[in-house]
Amino acid sequence: MNGLAPAFFAILRRDLMLAFRHRGELANPLLFFLIIVTLYPLGVSPDPELLRKIAPGVIWIAALLAALFSLENLFRGDFDDGSLEQMLLSPQPLSVLVVAKVLAHWLVSGLPMLLLAPLLALLLDMPSKAAWALETTLAIGTPLLSLIGAIGVALTVGLKRGGILLTLLILPLYIPVLIFATNAVAAAGAGMPVEGQLYFLAALLVLALTLAPVAIAAALRISMS
Amino acid sequence: MWTFFHKLASPKHFYRISGKLIPWLGAITALLFVSGLYFGLFKAPPDYQQGESYRIMFVHVPAAWMSMFIYTFMAVLYAIHLIWNIKLADVMASSSAAMGASFTFLALVTGSLWGKPMWGTWWVWDARLTSELILLFLYLGYIALVSAIEDKRTAARAGGLLILVGVVNIPIIHYSVEWWNTLHQGPTVTKLDKPSIHPSMLLPLLLMALAFQCYYFTLVLVRARTELLERERRSAWIKELFG
Repeated sequence: MNGLAPAFFAILRRDLMLAFRHRGELANPLLFFLIIVTLYPLGVSPDPELLRKIAPGVIWIAALLAALFSLENLFRGDFDDGSLEQMLLSPQPLSVLVVAKVLAHWLVSGLPMLLLAPLLALLLDMPSKAAWALETTLAIGTPLLSLIGAIGVALTVGLKRGGILLTLLILPLYIPVLIFATNAVAAAGAGMPVEGQLYFLAALLVLALTLAPVAIAAALRISMS
Repeated sequence: MWTFFHKLASPKHFYRISGKLIPWLGAITALLFVSGLYFGLFKAPPDYQQGESYRIMFVHVPAAWMSMFIYTFMAVLYAIHLIWNIKLADVMASSSAAMGASFTFLALVTGSLWGKPMWGTWWVWDARLTSELILLFLYLGYIALVSAIEDKRTAARAGGLLILVGVVNIPIIHYSVEWWNTLHQGPTVTKLDKPSIHPSMLLPLLLMALAFQCYYFTLVLVRARTELLERERRSAWIKELFG
Protein backbone atom coordinates (compact mmCIF):
# COMPACT_ATOMS: atom_id res chain seq x y z
CA MET A 1 0.00 0.00 0.00
CA ASN A 2 1.41 3.27 -1.09
CA GLY A 3 2.03 5.78 1.63
CA LEU A 4 0.95 3.54 4.46
CA ALA A 5 4.37 3.20 6.06
CA PRO A 6 5.12 6.95 5.86
CA ALA A 7 1.74 7.71 7.43
CA PHE A 8 2.39 5.18 10.18
CA PHE A 9 5.81 6.59 11.02
CA ALA A 10 4.63 10.18 10.74
CA ILE A 11 2.01 9.56 13.41
CA LEU A 12 4.45 7.62 15.57
CA ARG A 13 7.05 10.40 15.30
CA ARG A 14 4.50 13.11 15.96
CA ASP A 15 3.10 11.39 19.06
CA LEU A 16 6.56 10.72 20.46
CA MET A 17 7.56 14.32 19.82
CA LEU A 18 4.41 15.61 21.50
CA ALA A 19 5.14 13.40 24.49
CA PHE A 20 8.71 14.66 24.83
CA ARG A 21 7.60 18.27 24.62
CA HIS A 22 5.49 17.63 27.74
CA ARG A 23 8.15 15.96 29.81
CA GLY A 24 6.38 16.65 33.08
CA GLU A 25 3.31 14.75 32.02
CA LEU A 26 5.52 11.95 30.81
CA ALA A 27 6.74 11.29 34.34
CA ASN A 28 3.31 11.36 35.98
CA PRO A 29 2.16 7.79 35.27
CA LEU A 30 5.57 6.51 36.36
CA LEU A 31 5.41 8.38 39.65
CA PHE A 32 1.88 7.10 40.08
CA PHE A 33 3.16 3.54 39.53
CA LEU A 34 5.92 4.06 42.10
CA ILE A 35 3.70 5.70 44.70
CA ILE A 36 0.99 3.03 44.57
CA VAL A 37 3.61 0.36 45.23
CA THR A 38 5.03 2.42 48.11
CA LEU A 39 1.61 2.62 49.72
CA TYR A 40 1.40 -1.13 50.25
CA PRO A 41 4.24 -1.51 52.79
CA LEU A 42 2.83 1.51 54.61
CA GLY A 43 -0.79 0.42 54.44
CA VAL A 44 -0.58 -3.36 54.75
CA SER A 45 2.60 -4.23 56.62
CA PRO A 46 6.37 -3.69 56.22
CA ASP A 47 6.99 -7.37 56.99
CA PRO A 48 9.39 -8.61 54.22
CA GLU A 49 7.91 -12.09 54.30
CA LEU A 50 4.42 -10.81 53.54
CA LEU A 51 5.65 -8.25 51.02
CA ARG A 52 7.47 -10.93 49.06
CA LYS A 53 4.21 -12.84 48.91
CA ILE A 54 2.02 -10.02 47.67
CA ALA A 55 4.67 -8.30 45.52
CA PRO A 56 3.58 -9.71 42.11
CA GLY A 57 -0.01 -8.63 42.65
CA VAL A 58 0.97 -5.25 44.05
CA ILE A 59 3.26 -4.36 41.17
CA TRP A 60 0.84 -5.64 38.56
CA ILE A 61 -2.16 -3.80 39.99
CA ALA A 62 -0.07 -0.63 40.11
CA ALA A 63 0.88 -1.22 36.47
CA LEU A 64 -2.79 -1.71 35.55
CA LEU A 65 -3.82 1.53 37.21
CA ALA A 66 -0.88 3.46 35.79
CA ALA A 67 -1.73 2.22 32.30
CA LEU A 68 -5.34 3.28 32.77
CA PHE A 69 -4.25 6.65 34.08
CA SER A 70 -1.91 7.31 31.16
CA LEU A 71 -4.34 6.00 28.55
CA GLU A 72 -7.00 8.54 29.34
CA ASN A 73 -5.47 11.17 27.10
CA LEU A 74 -4.54 8.87 24.23
CA PHE A 75 -7.04 10.35 21.80
CA ARG A 76 -8.16 13.42 23.78
CA GLY A 77 -5.74 15.94 22.26
CA ASP A 78 -6.34 14.72 18.72
CA PHE A 79 -10.06 14.81 19.32
CA ASP A 80 -9.97 18.39 20.61
CA ASP A 81 -7.85 19.85 17.83
CA GLY A 82 -9.52 17.94 15.03
CA SER A 83 -6.58 15.84 13.89
CA LEU A 84 -8.51 12.71 14.80
CA GLU A 85 -11.09 13.68 12.22
CA GLN A 86 -8.34 14.03 9.64
CA MET A 87 -7.12 10.54 10.49
CA LEU A 88 -10.62 9.19 9.97
CA LEU A 89 -10.80 10.90 6.59
CA SER A 90 -7.34 9.86 5.47
CA PRO A 91 -7.08 7.26 2.68
CA GLN A 92 -4.93 5.04 4.89
CA PRO A 93 -6.71 2.38 6.95
CA LEU A 94 -7.56 3.78 10.36
CA SER A 95 -6.79 0.48 12.10
CA VAL A 96 -3.13 0.80 11.09
CA LEU A 97 -2.92 4.44 12.09
CA VAL A 98 -4.24 3.70 15.58
CA VAL A 99 -1.55 1.03 16.00
CA ALA A 100 1.00 3.83 15.54
CA LYS A 101 -0.69 5.82 18.27
CA VAL A 102 -0.88 2.83 20.61
CA LEU A 103 2.75 1.98 19.92
CA ALA A 104 3.78 5.56 20.72
CA HIS A 105 1.77 5.35 23.92
CA TRP A 106 3.45 2.11 24.91
CA LEU A 107 6.90 3.52 24.21
CA VAL A 108 6.34 6.45 26.55
CA SER A 109 4.39 4.67 29.31
CA GLY A 110 4.83 0.89 29.13
CA LEU A 111 8.53 0.82 28.40
CA PRO A 112 9.52 3.13 31.29
CA MET A 113 7.44 0.94 33.63
CA LEU A 114 9.47 -2.01 32.41
CA LEU A 115 12.65 -0.15 33.33
CA LEU A 116 11.34 0.84 36.73
CA ALA A 117 10.06 -2.62 37.68
CA PRO A 118 13.43 -4.11 38.82
CA LEU A 119 13.73 -1.30 41.35
CA LEU A 120 10.26 -2.08 42.68
CA ALA A 121 11.07 -5.78 42.81
CA LEU A 122 14.08 -4.85 44.92
CA LEU A 123 12.00 -2.65 47.21
CA LEU A 124 9.52 -5.46 47.81
CA ASP A 125 12.32 -7.97 48.36
CA MET A 126 11.44 -10.27 45.46
CA PRO A 127 13.79 -13.18 44.69
CA SER A 128 15.73 -12.71 41.47
CA LYS A 129 13.88 -15.47 39.62
CA ALA A 130 10.56 -13.80 40.34
CA ALA A 131 12.00 -10.46 39.30
CA TRP A 132 12.94 -11.93 35.93
CA ALA A 133 9.46 -13.36 35.51
CA LEU A 134 8.03 -9.97 36.44
CA GLU A 135 10.14 -8.32 33.74
CA THR A 136 9.00 -10.85 31.14
CA THR A 137 5.32 -10.62 32.05
CA LEU A 138 5.49 -6.84 31.98
CA ALA A 139 7.23 -6.94 28.61
CA ILE A 140 4.40 -9.04 27.15
CA GLY A 141 1.63 -7.58 29.30
CA THR A 142 2.03 -3.81 29.03
CA PRO A 143 1.47 -3.70 25.24
CA LEU A 144 -1.65 -5.77 25.90
CA LEU A 145 -2.83 -3.20 28.43
CA SER A 146 -2.28 -0.41 25.90
CA LEU A 147 -4.14 -2.26 23.14
CA ILE A 148 -7.14 -3.31 25.22
CA GLY A 149 -7.30 0.04 26.99
CA ALA A 150 -7.28 1.95 23.72
CA ILE A 151 -10.62 0.34 22.80
CA GLY A 152 -12.20 1.80 25.91
CA VAL A 153 -10.56 5.17 25.37
CA ALA A 154 -11.79 5.27 21.79
CA LEU A 155 -15.33 4.52 22.99
CA THR A 156 -15.31 7.29 25.59
CA VAL A 157 -13.36 9.98 23.74
CA GLY A 158 -16.47 11.91 22.74
CA LEU A 159 -17.76 12.09 26.30
CA LYS A 160 -17.12 14.94 28.72
CA ARG A 161 -16.26 12.87 31.78
CA GLY A 162 -14.97 9.59 30.46
CA GLY A 163 -12.46 8.91 33.25
CA ILE A 164 -14.51 6.93 35.74
CA LEU A 165 -16.45 5.27 32.97
CA LEU A 166 -13.18 4.15 31.40
CA THR A 167 -12.25 2.36 34.62
CA LEU A 168 -15.54 0.49 34.58
CA LEU A 169 -15.14 -0.50 30.94
CA ILE A 170 -11.50 -1.49 30.91
CA LEU A 171 -10.60 -3.07 34.24
CA PRO A 172 -12.85 -6.14 33.77
CA LEU A 173 -11.14 -6.74 30.43
CA TYR A 174 -7.72 -6.51 32.09
CA ILE A 175 -8.46 -9.34 34.52
CA PRO A 176 -7.07 -12.24 32.42
CA VAL A 177 -3.79 -10.38 31.92
CA LEU A 178 -3.57 -9.76 35.65
CA ILE A 179 -4.28 -13.38 36.52
CA PHE A 180 -1.82 -14.97 34.11
CA ALA A 181 0.92 -12.45 34.83
CA THR A 182 0.77 -12.58 38.63
CA ASN A 183 0.42 -16.34 38.46
CA ALA A 184 3.61 -16.57 36.42
CA VAL A 185 5.54 -14.32 38.81
CA ALA A 186 4.32 -16.22 41.87
CA ALA A 187 5.19 -19.55 40.25
CA ALA A 188 8.66 -18.32 39.34
CA GLY A 189 9.17 -17.17 42.92
CA ALA A 190 8.28 -20.68 44.11
CA GLY A 191 10.74 -22.21 41.66
CA MET A 192 8.12 -23.67 39.34
CA PRO A 193 8.05 -23.52 35.52
CA VAL A 194 6.27 -20.48 34.09
CA GLU A 195 6.23 -21.24 30.36
CA GLY A 196 2.53 -22.11 30.36
CA GLN A 197 1.42 -18.74 31.69
CA LEU A 198 3.89 -16.87 29.47
CA TYR A 199 2.61 -18.66 26.37
CA PHE A 200 -0.90 -17.69 27.37
CA LEU A 201 0.06 -14.06 27.74
CA ALA A 202 1.80 -14.20 24.38
CA ALA A 203 -1.30 -15.74 22.81
CA LEU A 204 -3.43 -12.97 24.30
CA LEU A 205 -1.02 -10.42 22.87
CA VAL A 206 -1.29 -11.93 19.40
CA LEU A 207 -5.08 -11.97 19.69
CA ALA A 208 -5.14 -8.34 20.82
CA LEU A 209 -2.71 -7.30 18.09
CA THR A 210 -4.98 -8.76 15.44
CA LEU A 211 -8.40 -7.78 16.78
CA ALA A 212 -7.91 -4.68 18.92
CA PRO A 213 -6.85 -2.29 16.08
CA VAL A 214 -10.07 -3.12 14.22
CA ALA A 215 -12.12 -2.57 17.37
CA ILE A 216 -10.31 0.69 18.17
CA ALA A 217 -10.92 2.00 14.66
CA ALA A 218 -14.60 1.02 14.81
CA ALA A 219 -14.95 2.63 18.24
CA LEU A 220 -13.40 5.87 16.98
CA ARG A 221 -15.78 5.93 14.03
CA ILE A 222 -18.72 5.48 16.41
CA SER A 223 -17.48 8.19 18.77
CA MET A 224 -16.94 10.67 15.96
CA SER A 225 -20.25 10.09 14.19
CA MET B 1 -39.96 -18.39 5.91
CA TRP B 2 -37.56 -15.64 4.81
CA THR B 3 -40.32 -13.18 4.17
CA PHE B 4 -41.44 -13.80 7.74
CA PHE B 5 -38.02 -12.81 9.02
CA HIS B 6 -37.89 -9.81 6.74
CA LYS B 7 -41.25 -8.70 8.03
CA LEU B 8 -40.19 -9.32 11.62
CA ALA B 9 -37.15 -7.12 11.12
CA SER B 10 -39.26 -4.13 10.17
CA PRO B 11 -40.32 -2.17 13.25
CA LYS B 12 -43.93 -1.90 12.16
CA HIS B 13 -44.48 -5.62 11.76
CA PHE B 14 -42.41 -6.39 14.82
CA TYR B 15 -44.67 -4.12 16.83
CA ARG B 16 -47.79 -5.87 15.56
CA ILE B 17 -46.50 -9.44 15.90
CA SER B 18 -44.95 -8.91 19.34
CA GLY B 19 -48.21 -7.36 20.54
CA LYS B 20 -49.98 -10.60 19.72
CA LEU B 21 -47.20 -12.77 21.14
CA ILE B 22 -46.79 -11.11 24.53
CA PRO B 23 -50.04 -12.32 26.20
CA TRP B 24 -49.35 -15.90 25.08
CA LEU B 25 -45.74 -15.79 26.22
CA GLY B 26 -46.83 -14.29 29.53
CA ALA B 27 -49.37 -17.07 30.09
CA ILE B 28 -46.80 -19.76 29.27
CA THR B 29 -44.35 -18.11 31.65
CA ALA B 30 -46.87 -18.13 34.50
CA LEU B 31 -47.76 -21.76 33.82
CA LEU B 32 -44.12 -22.83 33.76
CA PHE B 33 -43.35 -20.94 36.95
CA VAL B 34 -46.26 -22.49 38.82
CA SER B 35 -45.48 -26.03 37.70
CA GLY B 36 -41.74 -25.61 38.14
CA LEU B 37 -42.12 -24.23 41.66
CA TYR B 38 -44.66 -26.91 42.55
CA PHE B 39 -42.44 -29.78 41.43
CA GLY B 40 -39.36 -28.09 42.82
CA LEU B 41 -40.64 -27.10 46.25
CA PHE B 42 -43.18 -29.85 47.00
CA LYS B 43 -42.51 -32.88 44.81
CA ALA B 44 -38.74 -33.12 44.58
CA PRO B 45 -37.21 -35.14 47.43
CA PRO B 46 -34.75 -33.49 49.80
CA ASP B 47 -31.11 -34.02 48.87
CA TYR B 48 -29.29 -36.80 50.76
CA GLN B 49 -26.42 -34.46 51.53
CA GLN B 50 -27.74 -30.93 51.47
CA GLY B 51 -31.25 -31.50 52.86
CA GLU B 52 -33.78 -28.87 51.89
CA SER B 53 -31.46 -25.99 51.14
CA TYR B 54 -30.44 -27.38 47.76
CA ARG B 55 -33.83 -26.17 46.49
CA ILE B 56 -32.38 -22.71 46.01
CA MET B 57 -30.73 -24.14 42.90
CA PHE B 58 -34.11 -24.04 41.15
CA VAL B 59 -33.69 -20.29 41.08
CA HIS B 60 -29.91 -20.07 41.18
CA VAL B 61 -29.05 -22.33 38.25
CA PRO B 62 -31.56 -20.91 35.75
CA ALA B 63 -30.53 -17.38 36.73
CA ALA B 64 -26.88 -18.21 36.09
CA TRP B 65 -27.76 -19.81 32.76
CA MET B 66 -29.80 -16.77 31.77
CA SER B 67 -27.00 -14.40 32.72
CA MET B 68 -24.73 -16.09 30.20
CA PHE B 69 -27.44 -16.67 27.62
CA ILE B 70 -28.44 -13.01 27.53
CA TYR B 71 -24.86 -11.84 27.08
CA THR B 72 -24.31 -14.23 24.19
CA PHE B 73 -27.71 -13.35 22.73
CA MET B 74 -26.83 -9.66 22.88
CA ALA B 75 -23.55 -10.35 21.10
CA VAL B 76 -25.39 -12.28 18.38
CA LEU B 77 -27.91 -9.46 18.01
CA TYR B 78 -25.14 -6.89 17.73
CA ALA B 79 -23.33 -9.03 15.17
CA ILE B 80 -26.58 -9.11 13.17
CA HIS B 81 -26.90 -5.37 13.57
CA LEU B 82 -23.31 -4.87 12.44
CA ILE B 83 -23.59 -7.12 9.39
CA TRP B 84 -27.09 -6.42 8.08
CA ASN B 85 -27.74 -3.11 9.79
CA ILE B 86 -31.08 -4.22 11.20
CA LYS B 87 -32.02 -1.62 13.77
CA LEU B 88 -34.43 -3.93 15.51
CA ALA B 89 -31.52 -6.14 16.60
CA ASP B 90 -30.00 -3.20 18.37
CA VAL B 91 -33.32 -2.28 20.02
CA MET B 92 -33.68 -5.85 21.32
CA ALA B 93 -30.08 -5.97 22.55
CA SER B 94 -30.19 -2.69 24.43
CA SER B 95 -33.48 -3.74 26.02
CA SER B 96 -31.82 -6.93 27.27
CA ALA B 97 -28.87 -5.49 29.20
CA ALA B 98 -30.67 -4.48 32.39
CA MET B 99 -32.32 -7.90 32.59
CA GLY B 100 -29.03 -9.63 32.00
CA ALA B 101 -27.48 -7.66 34.84
CA SER B 102 -30.44 -8.52 37.11
CA PHE B 103 -30.16 -12.24 36.40
CA THR B 104 -26.43 -12.09 37.07
CA PHE B 105 -27.07 -10.32 40.35
CA LEU B 106 -29.78 -12.84 41.26
CA ALA B 107 -27.41 -15.74 40.54
CA LEU B 108 -24.74 -14.16 42.75
CA VAL B 109 -27.12 -13.43 45.61
CA THR B 110 -28.81 -16.84 45.60
CA GLY B 111 -25.40 -18.45 45.28
CA SER B 112 -24.10 -16.69 48.33
CA LEU B 113 -27.30 -17.43 50.30
CA TRP B 114 -26.68 -21.08 49.48
CA GLY B 115 -22.96 -20.81 50.16
CA LYS B 116 -23.37 -19.65 53.75
CA PRO B 117 -24.94 -22.86 55.11
CA MET B 118 -23.08 -25.17 52.68
CA TRP B 119 -19.57 -23.81 52.44
CA GLY B 120 -19.77 -21.78 55.65
CA THR B 121 -19.04 -18.50 53.91
CA TRP B 122 -20.92 -15.90 51.90
CA TRP B 123 -18.23 -15.55 49.30
CA VAL B 124 -15.14 -17.35 48.08
CA TRP B 125 -12.86 -16.34 45.24
CA ASP B 126 -13.72 -19.42 43.32
CA ALA B 127 -13.54 -19.55 39.54
CA ARG B 128 -17.23 -19.58 38.74
CA LEU B 129 -18.18 -16.99 41.30
CA THR B 130 -15.42 -14.70 40.19
CA SER B 131 -16.23 -14.98 36.51
CA GLU B 132 -19.91 -14.41 37.25
CA LEU B 133 -18.98 -11.28 39.20
CA ILE B 134 -16.87 -10.06 36.28
CA LEU B 135 -19.81 -10.73 33.98
CA LEU B 136 -21.83 -8.42 36.22
CA PHE B 137 -19.12 -5.76 35.83
CA LEU B 138 -19.25 -6.17 32.06
CA TYR B 139 -23.02 -5.65 32.08
CA LEU B 140 -22.68 -2.62 34.34
CA GLY B 141 -19.94 -1.18 32.12
CA TYR B 142 -22.19 -1.57 29.11
CA ILE B 143 -25.14 0.07 30.89
CA ALA B 144 -22.93 2.92 32.13
CA LEU B 145 -21.53 3.53 28.66
CA VAL B 146 -24.91 3.46 26.96
CA SER B 147 -26.45 5.81 29.48
CA ALA B 148 -23.50 8.21 29.22
CA ILE B 149 -23.95 8.81 25.50
CA GLU B 150 -26.77 11.18 24.60
CA ASP B 151 -27.59 10.04 21.10
CA LYS B 152 -29.41 6.71 21.25
CA ARG B 153 -28.06 5.31 18.01
CA THR B 154 -24.46 6.15 18.81
CA ALA B 155 -24.98 4.75 22.29
CA ALA B 156 -26.28 1.48 20.91
CA ARG B 157 -23.41 1.12 18.47
CA ALA B 158 -20.78 1.93 21.09
CA GLY B 159 -22.41 -0.51 23.49
CA GLY B 160 -22.54 -3.14 20.76
CA LEU B 161 -18.83 -2.84 20.19
CA LEU B 162 -18.19 -3.18 23.90
CA ILE B 163 -20.37 -6.30 24.07
CA LEU B 164 -18.55 -7.83 21.12
CA VAL B 165 -15.16 -7.11 22.71
CA GLY B 166 -16.48 -8.56 25.95
CA VAL B 167 -17.71 -11.72 24.30
CA VAL B 168 -14.19 -12.43 23.05
CA ASN B 169 -13.04 -11.92 26.58
CA ILE B 170 -15.61 -14.13 28.31
CA PRO B 171 -14.10 -17.53 27.52
CA ILE B 172 -10.67 -16.11 28.39
CA ILE B 173 -11.92 -14.83 31.74
CA HIS B 174 -13.75 -18.06 32.34
CA TYR B 175 -10.73 -20.29 31.80
CA SER B 176 -8.21 -17.96 33.38
CA VAL B 177 -10.11 -17.88 36.66
CA GLU B 178 -10.78 -21.59 36.37
CA TRP B 179 -7.08 -22.38 36.24
CA TRP B 180 -6.37 -19.82 38.87
CA ASN B 181 -8.63 -21.13 41.62
CA THR B 182 -11.61 -23.42 41.83
CA LEU B 183 -13.98 -24.83 44.43
CA HIS B 184 -17.37 -24.79 42.74
CA GLN B 185 -18.88 -28.17 41.91
CA GLY B 186 -18.48 -29.36 38.34
CA PRO B 187 -21.34 -29.35 35.84
CA THR B 188 -24.07 -31.87 36.61
CA VAL B 189 -26.59 -31.19 33.85
CA THR B 190 -24.76 -29.84 30.83
CA LYS B 191 -22.22 -32.58 30.35
CA LEU B 192 -22.32 -34.86 27.38
CA ASP B 193 -23.14 -38.20 28.95
CA LYS B 194 -26.08 -38.90 31.26
CA PRO B 195 -26.84 -36.06 33.69
CA SER B 196 -25.76 -37.03 37.21
CA ILE B 197 -28.91 -35.62 38.74
CA HIS B 198 -32.05 -37.57 39.55
CA PRO B 199 -35.00 -37.04 37.15
CA SER B 200 -37.24 -35.87 40.02
CA MET B 201 -34.86 -32.94 40.53
CA LEU B 202 -33.97 -32.48 36.88
CA LEU B 203 -37.58 -32.00 35.80
CA PRO B 204 -38.31 -28.96 38.00
CA LEU B 205 -34.91 -27.52 37.16
CA LEU B 206 -35.63 -27.68 33.45
CA LEU B 207 -39.14 -26.33 33.99
CA MET B 208 -37.70 -23.41 35.89
CA ALA B 209 -35.06 -22.83 33.24
CA LEU B 210 -37.78 -22.70 30.60
CA ALA B 211 -39.84 -20.41 32.81
CA PHE B 212 -36.91 -18.01 33.15
CA GLN B 213 -36.34 -18.10 29.42
CA CYS B 214 -39.99 -17.33 28.63
CA TYR B 215 -40.04 -14.64 31.31
CA TYR B 216 -37.05 -13.00 29.67
CA PHE B 217 -38.55 -13.12 26.19
CA THR B 218 -41.88 -11.75 27.42
CA LEU B 219 -40.26 -8.82 29.16
CA VAL B 220 -37.72 -8.10 26.47
CA LEU B 221 -40.50 -7.85 23.90
CA VAL B 222 -42.39 -5.42 26.13
CA ARG B 223 -39.26 -3.35 26.64
CA ALA B 224 -38.33 -3.43 22.98
CA ARG B 225 -41.81 -2.19 22.04
CA THR B 226 -41.50 0.74 24.41
CA GLU B 227 -38.02 1.50 23.13
CA LEU B 228 -39.27 1.31 19.57
CA LEU B 229 -42.12 3.72 20.23
CA GLU B 230 -39.67 6.20 21.68
CA ARG B 231 -37.10 5.91 18.91
CA GLU B 232 -39.55 5.90 16.04
CA ARG B 233 -41.94 8.45 17.44
CA ARG B 234 -41.69 10.55 14.30
CA SER B 235 -42.29 7.77 11.81
CA ALA B 236 -45.45 7.35 9.80
CA TRP B 237 -46.57 3.98 11.13
CA ILE B 238 -46.68 5.21 14.71
CA LYS B 239 -48.73 8.24 13.72
CA GLU B 240 -51.04 5.88 11.92
CA LEU B 241 -51.34 3.66 15.00
CA PHE B 242 -52.06 6.38 17.50
CA GLY B 243 -53.75 8.86 15.24
